[in-house]
Amino acid sequence: MTAPALDAARIGVITFPGTLDDRDASRAVRLAGGEPVSLWHADGDLHGVDAVVLPGGFSYGDYLRAGAISRFAPAMDAVVDGAKGGMPVLGICNGFQVLTEAHLLPGSMVKNDHLHFVCREQVLSVENTATDWTNRYERGQHITIPLKNQDGQFVADEHTLDELEGEGRVVFRYQGWNPNGSRRDIAGITNARGNVVGLMPHPEHAVEAGFGPDGADGPRSGTDGLGFFTSVLAALVRA
Amino acid sequence: MGRVVVEVMPKPEILDPQGKAVVGALPRLGFTQFSGVRQGKRFELEVDGEVTPEVLAAAQQAAETVLSNPVIEDVVRVADASAEVVA
Repeated sequence: MTAPALDAARIGVITFPGTLDDRDASRAVRLAGGEPVSLWHADGDLHGVDAVVLPGGFSYGDYLRAGAISRFAPAMDAVVDGAKGGMPVLGICNGFQVLTEAHLLPGSMVKNDHLHFVCREQVLSVENTATDWTNRYERGQHITIPLKNQDGQFVADEHTLDELEGEGRVVFRYQGWNPNGSRRDIAGITNARGNVVGLMPHPEHAVEAGFGPDGADGPRSGTDGLGFFTSVLAALVRA
Repeated sequence: MGRVVVEVMPKPEILDPQGKAVVGALPRLGFTQFSGVRQGKRFELEVDGEVTPEVLAAAQQAAETVLSNPVIEDVVRVADASAEVVA
């Protein structure tokens, strides 16, 4: 396979029943310079995309458990196969929950410890810049992106948490306060290879001035989330 | 027609925010006897025929792979509903 040119990178965005942020994710891909490709959960063919985003929302109404039913979608079989072959996969919020249910990432999410839905601009530290989705950030950099969820409390057993920390697989940590009771302030993690990343906050909502969180350049000027999408394009060029 | 009952509970070491909210509400209604609540799930799986050992085994497998997430939950019971004693 020849390396795809930057402008030719095709990033699939999967829509499940109940997905909310697929269009925002597609827009983020486009703003970063990639070509978004809409994918449907019931289609087991990923149409040759170079990477996949599992967007946020409430797939299947969070019935059973958040992400539990989406995991069995035909498209997910292809995502699991692709991820094991090194294809970059990003799970945002509900997409992160789907990745844990699909066992591509360890741990799980339970209800926020305070039981309230959270919607705020959240500061995160970027702790691993070697992943396919974070290579355009500086290690230790603080970024501000929206966080909005009900079941956002990341949990795993102590052994798994120690392993994640020891292998540098904690990619993002909440800064300032822990908005949901997540173990060790973990906001996002990666697999050992660094191609699969999941996080609860929403980078796709902070990609264009005028529509993002408040930033240094004024209200709604924050575009800290764009780096996820430029990172994966860079990773695909290198691959 | 047979029915299998599957019960799933949050793991003891996982804080159960829903149970915590319920235990907070009980005293407000005068139920002061209860110091803790944990909230789980009960599934009723219907089969057209009898609940055979094979059906129970399949229910056990479904309980462990789909109906629960072993990271956060335990399957505490898989049983033939007809054997249940109604309180």
